Amino acid sequence: MSVKSAVLGTVSVATIAFSGAVLPGPARAEGPQVLVQSTTSTQNSGLYDYMLPIYKKETGVTVNVVAVGTGQALKNGMNCDGDMLVVHAKSAELKFVKDGYGVDRHDLMYNDFVIVGPASDPAGIKGMADVEAALKKIVAKKALFASRGDDSGTNRAEMRLWKAAGIDPKTGSGGWYRETGSGMGATLNASVGMGAYTLTDRSTWISFKNKGDFGIDVQGDPRLFNQYGVMLINPKRCPSVKAKLATQFEDWLLSKHGQAVIAAYHVDGQQLFFPNPK
Amino acid sequence: MQDFGAAFGLAFHLIATGNDNLVEIVLLSLKVSFSALTLSCLIGLPLGAFLVVRPFWGRGVVVAVLNAMMGLPPVVIGLLVYLSLSRAGPMGWLGLLYTPTAMIIAQTLLIAPIVAALARQVLEGLYTEYDEQFRSFGISRLRAAAALIVDGRYGLVTVALAGFGRAVAEVGAVIIVGGNIDHLTRVMTTAIALETSKGDLGMALALGIILMSIALGVNLAAGGLRAMAERQAYA
Repeated sequence: MSVKSAVLGTVSVATIAFSGAVLPGPARAEGPQVLVQSTTSTQNSGLYDYMLPIYKKETGVTVNVVAVGTGQALKNGMNCDGDMLVVHAKSAELKFVKDGYGVDRHDLMYNDFVIVGPASDPAGIKGMADVEAALKKIVAKKALFASRGDDSGTNRAEMRLWKAAGIDPKTGSGGWYRETGSGMGATLNASVGMGAYTLTDRSTWISFKNKGDFGIDVQGDPRLFNQYGVMLINPKRCPSVKAKLATQFEDWLLSKHGQAVIAAYHVDGQQLFFPNPK
Repeated sequence: MQDFGAAFGLAFHLIATGNDNLVEIVLLSLKVSFSALTLSCLIGLPLGAFLVVRPFWGRGVVVAVLNAMMGLPPVVIGLLVYLSLSRAGPMGWLGLLYTPTAMIIAQTLLIAPIVAALARQVLEGLYTEYDEQFRSFGISRLRAAAALIVDGRYGLVTVALAGFGRAVAEVGAVIIVGGNIDHLTRVMTTAIALETSKGDLGMALALGIILMSIALGVNLAAGGLRAMAERQAYA
């Protein structure tokens, strides 16, 4: 027994492991790459799967997407982790820019939020277009409502709506008001499981595949407008930002051609995002 | 639920058609977890052996801490690694966040304590058997540790498998430090999480079935190798 055999002994077990470690990796994305911190709806709806290969084909640039909630995306941007942002919480975005974390912010596209709920419609809100009145009915009936509760763009929009209706839903927290603290998809899964109403962006809802007996109850209120924005993480603060590649992608998204690509994306015959750059 | 039958059908369909995306995701999963396991064995096996052969003041506490670390939530490890590797963090200059390397680091931190703690357990049993022999031959502690690892290697394969199982099955750490980026850092578990959040439960379940089949395959292969080696050793 020598020190050598100690190494050998360790390695004899580690070898099996190592034989797996040298497996070929994925066809590594080669060439120039840009990293987008993004809201989840644009990924879950399949927009990126549709759009990014087109961009890659035209420019040779690979766009990598980290899809988290808008709140998380903004925080990651503050940490310089990524090159640009696609998010949907306009006031938070403007503050982000004002505080020097982001530059070159533009409106990119919009769709709208809807309230979905079970077919039994315990609060009787089906077909309503007045979102405040609908929320009041939900509270009056103490009907279950699932909230993202994760500081995402959708969660912020929801909190604005409650405030406008003069309701503090947190008083019902754990009772009729259920904060899942997770993404839109996970919250929809939970809603369907519990039979709870929830607020979702239309694009995630349309492409969501576990709808159960759920349908759209409330839509069409102007306050349900959902604006997406695009911006660069400030390259002056974050030297790691690939400003040129990020600007190139942003310009493409805002161009007539990029808008046409976004507008052409349909699921089940419905357009999910409506480009509206100014 | 018709989901179960459909999921099995979908799983077989995905495997049979050799879906490129799936192959890529499976290979990356194996690569990341086996790399983490290799590193964990290189750290954990000597550490486990050292804890057996070298008594020192407070060893019991160290062992308790190590055992407790087996229960570390992956998401906490993910956060720690994220904070370290973030551009704003102490190791941000490495530019490793959102790469497979970051995922290997996170999984290594996750399973090295498991490998060390379980290896200590396995080797301790062996040590009580060998202790007297070691003493009578006046063997140094380093050599004793080496002897334990060599003689305990079959038991240690099971230890390695436990570590691999934990690594390949976790999602909390790799989704934070890897970012679940398509064609770059997407692995089986993060793909399952994504399909679940799309509400595509059939696809998510199909991927889960494939992941479990792979884990089963790895265990069978390790068991086979071990049986073969044992036969040779005692032939």
